[in-house]
Amino acid sequence: MSILKVENVTMQFGGVTAVNNLNIEVEEGRIEALIGPNGAGKTTAFNVITGVYTPTNGSVYFNDEVITGLTPDKITKRGIARTFQNIRLFKNLTVLDNILIANHLRIKSNFMSCTFRMPWSKREEKQMREKSEMLLEKLGLSDLRNEIAHSLPYGEQRKLEIARALATDAKLLLLDEPAAGMNPSETMELSSFIYNIRDEFNLTIFMIEHHMDLVMEISEKIYVLDFGQLIAQGTADEVKNNPRVIEAYLGVDEDA
Amino acid sequence: MIEKVENKRIRLLINIFLAAIFVAVIVLLDTKKIGDDYIRRVLNLTAIYTIVSVSMNLVNGFTGLFSLGQAGFMAIGAYTVALFTVPLQVRPNVFYMVPQNPIIAQIELPFAIALILGGLLAALAAILIGIPVLRLKSDYLAIATLGFSEIIRIVCTNAKSITNGALGIKSIPEMPTMWVFFGVAIISVIIIYLLINSSYGRAFKAIREDEIAAEAMGINLFKHKVMSFAIGAFFAGIGGGLLASLLATVDPRQFYFTVTYNFLLIIVLGGMGSISGTVIASFLVTAGLEVLRFFDEPLTLFGVNIPVFRPGFRMVIFSLLLMVLVLFFRNGLLGQKELSWKVIHNWFNRRGKKKTGKGGVA
Ligand SMILES: Nc1ncnc2c1ncn2[C@@H]1O[C@H](COP(=O)(O)OP(=O)(O)OP(=O)(O)O)[C@@H](O)[C@H]1O
Ligand SMILES: [Mg+2]
Repeated sequence: MSILKVENVTMQFGGVTAVNNLNIEVEEGRIEALIGPNGAGKTTAFNVITGVYTPTNGSVYFNDEVITGLTPDKITKRGIARTFQNIRLFKNLTVLDNILIANHLRIKSNFMSCTFRMPWSKREEKQMREKSEMLLEKLGLSDLRNEIAHSLPYGEQRKLEIARALATDAKLLLLDEPAAGMNPSETMELSSFIYNIRDEFNLTIFMIEHHMDLVMEISEKIYVLDFGQLIAQGTADEVKNNPRVIEAYLGVDEDA
Repeated sequence: MIEKVENKRIRLLINIFLAAIFVAVIVLLDTKKIGDDYIRRVLNLTAIYTIVSVSMNLVNGFTGLFSLGQAGFMAIGAYTVALFTVPLQVRPNVFYMVPQNPIIAQIELPFAIALILGGLLAALAAILIGIPVLRLKSDYLAIATLGFSEIIRIVCTNAKSITNGALGIKSIPEMPTMWVFFGVAIISVIIIYLLINSSYGRAFKAIREDEIAAEAMGINLFKHKVMSFAIGAFFAGIGGGLLASLLATVDPRQFYFTVTYNFLLIIVLGGMGSISGTVIASFLVTAGLEVLRFFDEPLTLFGVNIPVFRPGFRMVIFSLLLMVLVLFFRNGLLGQKELSWKVIHNWFNRRGKKKTGKGGVA
């Protein structure tokens, strides 16, 4: 069953058509990827899926329900969480606070009972903390829990951003260039990290990535975007040998 | 480990000791054993400034909104207390030009009720401003709140049958004890502290840090902004109500939007995002404003009249201070930290290290 369906989505900014009549179906439980040259419209596609932009045309379905037109916070509540191409952590807060904040969307106590530390709110806060600590433990970030987010090494910041997205109890995780800025060994680690979280948290993962080694290794299906247009889709081998894809990437370093 | 526990116990004892001194000083002042009326008045004013500044920091420092409506919200609180606590029999004397609105003229409320009502009305006003404005980009809030402040002041000047216009409302009952001001201030600061350190407070901070990321983490931006803004207004209203009772009179000129700049200075000085910094800065600025008062008096030195010393000069000095602060001390006293023994300890350690470092080079 497809967990995410993008149907005839077009996104225009003034005269620029960033995404043109895009159709995507991501299967539940899989790792799929969206690739394409710079400026192809990949991030824009993510922004449409997560509600940052309302598409000029077309619809997005999550678990067969329309989510087009919902605000980003509502979409996250439904179970789609994301990371950003340029890391967007809550920079001046601790690692633990970053994770706790991502738990806030499921809070049941209102601000009064939280402020006045009512027993049920205290219980909820305690559960939130336990859940966050457990998540940090699972992702190997426990030792950093009291560090300020921006003081973390780059690779750890990327990891924390993924952890934060997971803390929202997402079912579908959208990763926008998770390996950007990582060295080869960090990139290798990332691929096993992605496998691990997929299995551990029963996730579906849809990611944008420029590192072709990584994409080819872990994606079960690849979509190729060029000038806002879907030009190919299929397994790594199918896409790799597609003449249109080769043409689109011509002059572009494949490993860039 | 044992040393740590020991340390903790000592610190707790010091804290209790300091709190006891504070209580003792207030009790002595309150029973008129020490100090005079002027000092009591300035200290009460400090308590009020603390409430308003901490609540402004909740909105501007912790949530990252830029509100300049404090004077307006205070006016709502102040007028609510004024309208409903002046004893019924003296009202005709207060409203001698235009009779008070017949409905309000029959209502007298206990101070505590009027105070809370003032806070609630200020919060209601904040919600009404917030609903259209907080959906827009954050820059609009500063303009809207400034405008609101001015509107409130102009309404207070002109709605004579309710507010007595420019004459203001006199004969507001004064409070018998400083504990009214300090009690409310302490409770307010504690409530705001607890809020900021709850899940909602973390959500506010997330919005301050990065709106886009906060929204992507499922935080409803609009709802949380309105919440923070309205809670901030509530406490500004409470501060205004206390001010009415401290001065025993309200009139529209007390609520020029320039009043808001005092609070802005306080939160910048104390640290946007630090409650203890705000409390300390409230004391410093309120006391400082009193000290600076001599700039407003004509000054004659060696028989020469120094021309710049005239009413208003104080505010020039004040604005200069604000500029220096913003230019050179971005983070204020405490930045986003809270005052704790650890912070003090680190501060001294750093100074110590700096000195030895210099020695090493020499
Ligand atoms: N908010 C916007 N307003 C106007 N144009 C935009 C906006 N967002 C994106 N675009 C344009 O849409 C096109 C696609 O941009 P997008 O960021 O989606 O590309 P991308 O595939 O993610 O590229 P990259 O690999 O560099 O991240 C670009 O031409 C960009 O300038
Ligand atoms: Mg992009």
